[in-house]
Amino acid sequence: MSRTRTFAQAVNEGLREALRASPDVVCFGLGVDDPKGVFGTTLGLSAEFGPERVFDMPTSENAMTGVAIGAALAGLRPVMTHQRLDFFLLALDQLVNNAAKWHYMFGGQARVPIAIRLLLGRGWGQGPTHSQSLQSWFAHIPGLKVVMPTSAADAKGLLLSAIFDDDPVLVLEHRWLYNLTGEVPEGDVRVPLGRARVVREGSDLTLVALSYMTLEADRAAACLARQGVSVEVIDLRSIRPLDWDTVFASVRKTGRLLAADTSGPVCSVASEIVATVSCEQFAHLRCAPLRVTQPDCPTPTSPALTQGFYAGACELAVAAGRLLGRAVDTRELEPAPGTPHDVPGEWFKGPF
Amino acid sequence: MACELLRRMVLIRQTEEAIAERYSRRLMRCPTHLCTGQEAVAAGVCLGLRPDDCVVSTHRAHGHYLAKGGDLDRLLAEIHGRATGCCGGKGGSMHLVDRAVGFMGSTAIVGGTIPVGVGLALATHLRHGDQVSVVFLGDAAVEEGVFAESVNVAVLKQLPVLFVCENNLYSVYSPLVVRQPPERSLVELVRAMGCAAEAGDGNDAPGVYAAVRRVLPGLRAGRGPAFFEFRTYRWREHCGPNYDNDIGYRSPAEFAAWKARDPVRRLAAELVAAGVLDSDRVEALQAEAHQRVDAALDRAEQAPFPPPAAAFSGIYAGGPA
Repeated sequence: MSRTRTFAQAVNEGLREALRASPDVVCFGLGVDDPKGVFGTTLGLSAEFGPERVFDMPTSENAMTGVAIGAALAGLRPVMTHQRLDFFLLALDQLVNNAAKWHYMFGGQARVPIAIRLLLGRGWGQGPTHSQSLQSWFAHIPGLKVVMPTSAADAKGLLLSAIFDDDPVLVLEHRWLYNLTGEVPEGDVRVPLGRARVVREGSDLTLVALSYMTLEADRAAACLARQGVSVEVIDLRSIRPLDWDTVFASVRKTGRLLAADTSGPVCSVASEIVATVSCEQFAHLRCAPLRVTQPDCPTPTSPALTQGFYAGACELAVAAGRLLGRAVDTRELEPAPGTPHDVPGEWFKGPF
Repeated sequence: MACELLRRMVLIRQTEEAIAERYSRRLMRCPTHLCTGQEAVAAGVCLGLRPDDCVVSTHRAHGHYLAKGGDLDRLLAEIHGRATGCCGGKGGSMHLVDRAVGFMGSTAIVGGTIPVGVGLALATHLRHGDQVSVVFLGDAAVEEGVFAESVNVAVLKQLPVLFVCENNLYSVYSPLVVRQPPERSLVELVRAMGCAAEAGDGNDAPGVYAAVRRVLPGLRAGRGPAFFEFRTYRWREHCGPNYDNDIGYRSPAEFAAWKARDPVRRLAAELVAAGVLDSDRVEALQAEAHQRVDAALDRAEQAPFPPPAAAFSGIYAGGPA
């Protein structure tokens, strides 16, 4: 049975289902049991499951990641939450040198079944160190898995799969998706890792997107559809493992590729999509692929500087036009005058 | 008990020295960090533990591995890169594991296993168990931020962690004095963080054993972590089989003074003096260990290599990526 939930509520449900499903699941992170409950995602969990299962932590991201690893080696399934991906960078030693490699370097004799939720910030002056989107860093590391849910159902389903996966899985949740609503099935319903979703079928070009950019991609596709351009939109959902079969099948059908990303261009997931398709499906390409990514620049803070900074539906539609060698009308994609650009919607009041 | 202490120390000494002797055969093709001279800490700590207590360690872990009961053949085969090694050749000397005896892993990043040991203790704590988690670390590791973080977590949650710092006065070639303020007591620093802490002579194996046995009941009862600083000295170079007392970072005189405090010779002499063993028995013990290690090294040199394709297996535990 499905009901309407927000992305944030769906994450909360996913955590609750996981805590119910196995006594080995524990959740911790800065503020997971505080009154705000990490933008609602951890509300009520400490009350229901107790402080031994859901708990706050000292401001020691690196050590607590190591603690999660040790607990996982002993058979627990820790789920860590960080309110911004940027805060987690302190823990790269434990993530990369231990979590990612423990199973391999000890000859397959131990596993590290940890899940780490990382929030991707954007808008309201998050600035350079509260809004990085570094999925490509993590996807680069053998031994790690990386997922980026877009829909509310996937926020719950991918999180559940991540928690019960026997490897370290990073779950990147975009802040601007938190109020997105969708149909979310009841119960412990898991979405498998490694499967992309075709959000919109089309025949003229393949638009591969991830996370929040999937929304922008679908907006662009809807606008283009009204101009006779048929765009197939793919929501990757899983960055590592990545569903190449779905991407390749689409490119074989359309012959044109546009890759969208929430990060800057250099060594990005969008670059990986373009490179791999070019190398392995070149014969099917009718023209050179394109990427639409965020700027190769730290994110500034002042709204005067972030105005026009981010790439979105407009840029995607223009890129699609270039791929097809035709002009496109993007006026309907421009925000209404007076719409603030630095919030995802009316619901966002700041400050964090 | 003291005889078993000696037996373990002799096994470690014979293993490390035999590795040093055979290293030039170029069949052990990985960095090896030998613990010759530091055997008393490994044996003294581990002899007092239960099989279900766990240990994590560092790049200099052969002694800890063997003292905890780790399999000798699998250690030596691993150093030789063979399929029968404890990690199937994936880890080498710097990554050892023997879960059957609670040796949960040793790794090569300074400080890297400290919080992992705390996490193992957290699991015990959440399950209301009474196992102890021992974290071996060196003097340089206390300078890593993760050390302070880990002690803080262990104290905060009253976790059964025994931090054992082998202070051998050097981090590669860097003496203590360029890394930590001189005259600052490490034990006082750790006590100020809320963790019970003591210093001890790391070359007095029965003393190490007794000190650890004193704190174990409190750890098992959930009264919080404990920390030991044991001063000791590595005889050979930081990494590799040779002596390097002539290159200038430490003096031949300093080395000679520490060699005179050889923990193996010291315990043997104490046992002979106390009439517990006679010197013939001590020699026999040494010879037995020597033969055992020699035979194991011969087997390691003959053991099969893993096939090249094995390099790409075992990246993920649960499903493809």
